[in-house]
Amino acid sequence: MNIRQQFVATVEDLLAQDPRLVLLLGDIGVFGFRNAFAKFPGRVVNIGILEQATVSFAAGLAREGFIPVFHSIAPFVVERAFEQLKVDFGYQRLPGCFVSVGASFDYASLGCTHHCPGDVALMQQVPGMRIVAPGNSVEFDTLFRESYSGGPTYFRLSERAHAQEGAVNFGRARVVRTGRRATIVVAAQLLEQALSATAGLDVTVLHYTTLAPFDRETLAGHASRTVIVVEPFYTGTLAGEVSAALSEHPARIISLGVPRQFLTNYGKLGDHERACGLDADGLRERIDKVLHDRA
Amino acid sequence: MNEAETLRKLRRHIILAAATAREGHIASAFSILDLLWVLYGRVLRFKADQPKWEERDRFVLSKGHASLGLYAVLAHHGFFPFDELQTFAGFTGRLGGHPDCNKVPGVEASTGSLGHGLPMAAGVAYGLKLKQSTARVFCIAGDGEANEGSVWEAALLGAHHRLDNLCCLLDYNHSGDRALVTGDLAAKFAAFGWHTAAVDGHDHEAIFRAVTQPPDGRPRMIVATTIKGKGCPPMEGNPAWHHKAPSPEELDGILAQLT
Repeated sequence: MNIRQQFVATVEDLLAQDPRLVLLLGDIGVFGFRNAFAKFPGRVVNIGILEQATVSFAAGLAREGFIPVFHSIAPFVVERAFEQLKVDFGYQRLPGCFVSVGASFDYASLGCTHHCPGDVALMQQVPGMRIVAPGNSVEFDTLFRESYSGGPTYFRLSERAHAQEGAVNFGRARVVRTGRRATIVVAAQLLEQALSATAGLDVTVLHYTTLAPFDRETLAGHASRTVIVVEPFYTGTLAGEVSAALSEHPARIISLGVPRQFLTNYGKLGDHERACGLDADGLRERIDKVLHDRA
Repeated sequence: MNEAETLRKLRRHIILAAATAREGHIASAFSILDLLWVLYGRVLRFKADQPKWEERDRFVLSKGHASLGLYAVLAHHGFFPFDELQTFAGFTGRLGGHPDCNKVPGVEASTGSLGHGLPMAAGVAYGLKLKQSTARVFCIAGDGEANEGSVWEAALLGAHHRLDNLCCLLDYNHSGDRALVTGDLAAKFAAFGWHTAAVDGHDHEAIFRAVTQPPDGRPRMIVATTIKGKGCPPMEGNPAWHHKAPSPEELDGILAQLT
């Protein structure tokens, strides 16, 4: 089951269990949720293509005790309706879930209007906004169930999934392996590439699926003198949190992410990952260089 | 104290609060005072000592900068003492230049950024229908605010979802005309599928009749023609008073001219 199918399965299950849940689809995922439309009339709504009003409308539902789940493509959820997210959910302190697809450049062939490598950095600007970036379907299911009712939460879904097993929990980083030469902080779906890139290297790998609140404690407990952040969004997005976590540790922080430029090529997701150096080979090359320079 | 005297007293409280704070949108508050007076006095169901009473009618002040008008009416109905108006916009006060629903009893939404309140009110109305509640939602928005696209997005949502438990009063004081002429707003909302009426926003009986029409499957938009600064002749229709508080030298003169 891919992560979009898992989103449907998880939310459909929770709609049956929790009468507070209301799903608002920004005219995407309508076919996927066809059973939910039939089973939960009124609580599953194809709201239309009007993201600003939808987020405020969702806040109105939240004020009445519901937990709205709004789903659309990342730039339209986060960038189009950012001020509504900030004021209506952040400032008003209301629960709600914002589930995006598209991630940084999943819709590679559709071009820059559908890219969103800035979503996490933007959401970090809303005090109280939790940010969850699952690395695969299983992680989404666990993280969504653990967090959907606890406050405003952004879920960043990507078509790229890693195949690693291991339990995740909301708010906690997972220690994948430990080593001495460096600490790799890898976010979300890039775990597979990061593990391939560091195979045979004596490094610690920490996997982050909750990006806010950021688990500083686990990083502080596994800090090395070299900390390499592998992030599937704009380079440096996690640098502030990583830096805060390392306030007691002398360390250099290297961020490997998506460059801050419009990626005007089309192609496939994998093409952009390669071009950004976020595929296993690209990461290997860059991590080797960092460790070699150090040695 | 008759109704006119009570309203003059409320205007006086608003002026004094703004004068103390040296801050406030007095003219906007006066523009909507009659609308609020009719809503809270004769229409809304609420319990001031139980602001979260589940069966209450909800009120969203979408044009949050007119908060002083809402505070005065809430104080009149006992949500908090009139004395608290003297803390308006103070560093530790609850009553801000825009209302905060997490601070002020009786405030349903934290507004201030225009174009948020009406779609939020639509969501509240939808939620009430899901709960099969008979509570209603009232909202006051402004004509300048109707520049915002999200207002028209909310108009689409309200009509499509047949939110006849939602009634918006549009405070049409024409202050937005200097930027963008919004024209016949009643006709525009009617074209969006709303039940509309146009009233004199200072005529209490006309306001009451318009907001108490029986529901007919459509959300309602009452376009209320108002005078910004109504009740204080030097401020009426005078853009200089949009965001200005009287100085100590001006205060007595302003208070003496309240109608």
